[in-house]
Amino acid sequence: MQVLSSRNVRLLSRGRNEVLAGRSGTQRHGGDPRTRSLTCPPMSSSSSPGRKMSENGIMSRAKVLTIDTMNPTVKKVEYAVRGPIVQRAVELERELSEGMKKPFAEVIKANIGDAHAMGQQPITFFRQVLALCSYPELLSDSTFPEDAKSRACRILQSCGGNSMGAYSASQGIDSVRQDVARYIERRDGGVACDPDNIYLTTGASDGIVTMLKLLVCGEGTTRTGVMIPIPQYPLYSAALAELGAVQIDYFLNEEKCWSLDITELQRAVNEARQYCNPRALCIINPGNPTGQVQSRQCIEDVIRFAAKERLFLMADEVYQDNVYAEGCQFHSFKKVLFEMGPEYAETVELASFHSTSKCYMGECGFRGGYMEIINMDDEVKDQLTKLLSVRLCPPVPGQALMDLVVNPPQPGEPSYGSFIKERTATLSALAEKAKLTEQVLNTVQGISCNPVQGAMYSFPRITIPEKAVKEATEKGQQPDMFYCMKMLEETGICLVPGSGFGQKDGTYHFRMTILPPTDKLKILLNKVKEFHQRFTQQYS
Amino acid sequence: MKSMYKITLQLQRCARDITNMSQQAVNGISHRGRVLTLDSMNPNVKRVEYAVRGPIVQRAVQIEKELKEGVKKPFTEVIKANIGDAHAMGQKPITFFRQVLALCSYPALLEDSKFPEDAKKRAQRILEACGGHSIGAYSTSQGIECIRQDVARYIEKRDGGIPSNPDNIYLSTGASDAIVTILKLLVCGEGRDRTGVMISIPQYPLYSAALADLGAVQINYYLDEDNCWSLNITELRRALNAAREHCNPRVLCIINPGNPTGQVQSRQCIEDVIRFAKEEHLFLMADEVYQDNVYAEGCQFHSFKKVLFEMGPEYSNTVEMASFHSTSKCYMGECGFRGGYMEVINLDPEVKAQLIKLVSVRLCPPVPGQALLDLVVNPPQPDEPSYATFMKERTAVLSTLAEKARLTEQIFNTVPGITCNPVQGAMYTFPGITLPQKAIDKAKELGLVPDMFYCMRLLEEDGICLVPGSGFGQREGTYHFRMTILPPTDKLKVVLQKIREFHLRFTQEFS
Repeated sequence: MQVLSSRNVRLLSRGRNEVLAGRSGTQRHGGDPRTRSLTCPPMSSSSSPGRKMSENGIMSRAKVLTIDTMNPTVKKVEYAVRGPIVQRAVELERELSEGMKKPFAEVIKANIGDAHAMGQQPITFFRQVLALCSYPELLSDSTFPEDAKSRACRILQSCGGNSMGAYSASQGIDSVRQDVARYIERRDGGVACDPDNIYLTTGASDGIVTMLKLLVCGEGTTRTGVMIPIPQYPLYSAALAELGAVQIDYFLNEEKCWSLDITELQRAVNEARQYCNPRALCIINPGNPTGQVQSRQCIEDVIRFAAKERLFLMADEVYQDNVYAEGCQFHSFKKVLFEMGPEYAETVELASFHSTSKCYMGECGFRGGYMEIINMDDEVKDQLTKLLSVRLCPPVPGQALMDLVVNPPQPGEPSYGSFIKERTATLSALAEKAKLTEQVLNTVQGISCNPVQGAMYSFPRITIPEKAVKEATEKGQQPDMFYCMKMLEETGICLVPGSGFGQKDGTYHFRMTILPPTDKLKILLNKVKEFHQRFTQQYS
Repeated sequence: MKSMYKITLQLQRCARDITNMSQQAVNGISHRGRVLTLDSMNPNVKRVEYAVRGPIVQRAVQIEKELKEGVKKPFTEVIKANIGDAHAMGQKPITFFRQVLALCSYPALLEDSKFPEDAKKRAQRILEACGGHSIGAYSTSQGIECIRQDVARYIEKRDGGIPSNPDNIYLSTGASDAIVTILKLLVCGEGRDRTGVMISIPQYPLYSAALADLGAVQINYYLDEDNCWSLNITELRRALNAAREHCNPRVLCIINPGNPTGQVQSRQCIEDVIRFAKEEHLFLMADEVYQDNVYAEGCQFHSFKKVLFEMGPEYSNTVEMASFHSTSKCYMGECGFRGGYMEVINLDPEVKAQLIKLVSVRLCPPVPGQALLDLVVNPPQPDEPSYATFMKERTAVLSTLAEKARLTEQIFNTVPGITCNPVQGAMYTFPGITLPQKAIDKAKELGLVPDMFYCMRLLEEDGICLVPGSGFGQREGTYHFRMTILPPTDKLKVVLQKIREFHLRFTQEFS
């Protein structure tokens, strides 16, 4: 059934087309395979454009859309979190279910921050309200608590025809945006938030890509450059590749717990000014994949830097409720910006992103999210609204869920007790798993792991023996891809190689989520430990 | 008289809104200092236009707010007939679908005896296919596997047994998402080599918006209004030949049943289009989201895929095609869930790998929308407890729509100066309107397109929100509007009557 195995895909992404030619031979027979497009007409004796003679002499019609004639910016897109290693993991799962013998009984996907897939239970209250919104007959069911019903009624009343099946306004449902604004005000100690600056989105990714799209212009040395941390969440590099923007790397300081260093920002922007027009600075706090939580001082410095260098700030704050380390606290860019006084608060342009996928609820499948924009030019705002309207609206169930996240049960409401219990249980388990991961990984010789201060991942550095690096290079693989692929084949554990996020040359890492249930996580960490020792021994 | 003055003022303001962006860009004073301004933003985005939610709809929202605040208007409510949003117009959801969605959202309800067994079975099957048995987990980027299998079986049934491979099915965030994704794959080249995409005029403005955003070349082919908006191969050829002078035409988009035009293509026409696409080496994009919305007698929906395969291997093994469907239309009208799928045929395997990679960046389509799509392609069967209710609800919606399609055509055609083709399918009527020269002059004076002026006046005077034909494209010198046929029959009658009176008044005022 599979047209392409993941192995082909992997090889393709490195341009090894000859391998494909061998495996799906119907597409490519002899001759020059690059003579099949309208844009580069065949040099051979084929009689009409878009046709080529195959080996057996039968005229076969070349395709309109081929790898050579497709959008070149799409080809440059890479997204490791769902890349070849994950495709192989899916294949392995299939093989296991078909009864194939493996050295493991199940594949553990620690590649992606997907809490429910790892067995986390949804927050009861949220799902009750969603059920009520989906099937309003249930409003007369006495088993549902009153606060769930009143939330559902409020959401339904702001939907067209009182149905979640109606399109909402493109910016999102009014009352949900109002609730988001009030939530932000509470979070930021009263700093005002205007619902008109809130845009609901299809997950945070959608908001981030939309903002980047607005920012990209110019050609050559005036092409928009966007500063992103290395390591980064690969949505950024993927979106920049697709938009044809210039990616400007600034490196986080691994020795200092992945902290952000202004000198490094300055170095990166100065160098980039030689070949592009740096206009945006992306920050991920708490960090993905690196798990650091930025200090208030650091955020202030970043804002000052952005003001000085005239950069649009994009603050990816989807892990704002995922802070575990003692002494660490989440500070929103907006709050710090406003505390710095009107000189900054009235000038620095900022977009901040949030999502329903992370935190304690982990509702990834609903694709809910929002962004808040600060100091955005009014005309650009009109353009933004217009751009969003083309896609009609974010999914309404995701909007409803967003509303519940920003407006959860309050003290005095019947669901408050169980809500807080569920929330606290998830967050304290996560804090425990963050500590556990750091501890266990740091007992392994050749693995060094920074504290997981926040977010959902650890991004330890691994020492890969020279022999293994050599073998990987011979195979045309990144050494950490080689390492992760081997771990997957031998243990069934699916991690993402550090090269998918970016790392300093000559260093190697992997990203692992801390989401598996504690018992399973312990087993997993132990397996990683044993694998690493085996691997090191084998190649030393 | 006073209200007349107010309306004129309002129209002037609106015209100003529409033109002020370019003016402000010219004087350039107000925004020095900002990183992101109209002058320094992505120029492609500036070119994007989307009339279905354009200035007229923004004004409608404003009027609604004013009404709520107690401002006196010549009407008591705004009727938004600008968009195909069935639930907003009062259509009730299909009970079975919503029962299953409630069960998926809150699986504790699986113990509840009030829910029918078939709903529970469906919910269980969907949950079992979800990570951690939760619709809160990400799905694979292509969409949940068992749902793609159900979609494939649905397509096979629809197309009389022609096989459909689940690997060729991609679930999407509404049909729009998939359409933009395929267009994105296709765009390349610069200057005369830039990809050109043929779209019908009138078109659904998602196409022109996406092409502007992608910087592709839009190639217009005109539907034949005099022949019930039918598609004419000679016109396709004319458009293509003209376009070859300045770009590289690679794609042909077809909307069947038509939006905004409501025509349903004959089997013969589809065959001709496929032959044309093969001959001219074009990738076919078939927007078939209204496939269950066919009302006119003698009309029938033929899928491009079925016709393609019936034309034999010469065509079915070569012509590249993508077909799009959605949960937003048909009898269910579940727009808010943003469910949809596309089926790709003869797509190059390497390009397919690129497509999978591209969709993976956005992680996955919303899972509740995927679940809903599963129900649409796999509804209750004759031996299941929910079958009777389901059929009753489905038939009621579709027969009412058929009645409203007829009603709309009939009433409009009684108005001098309005000519309306039969609404054979979809959810809209797109009548031609005659505008007096004086009205055209007045519109120009205000800096408005004449049919925008007309629709804006209708909105201000009667609270009816339509979309001007210029938002969809039309032959020069002709004017139209798009109106949905979705309001409940009683309300629709009132709307049609009000438009009739408005048109007569408007014509008199400007003659």
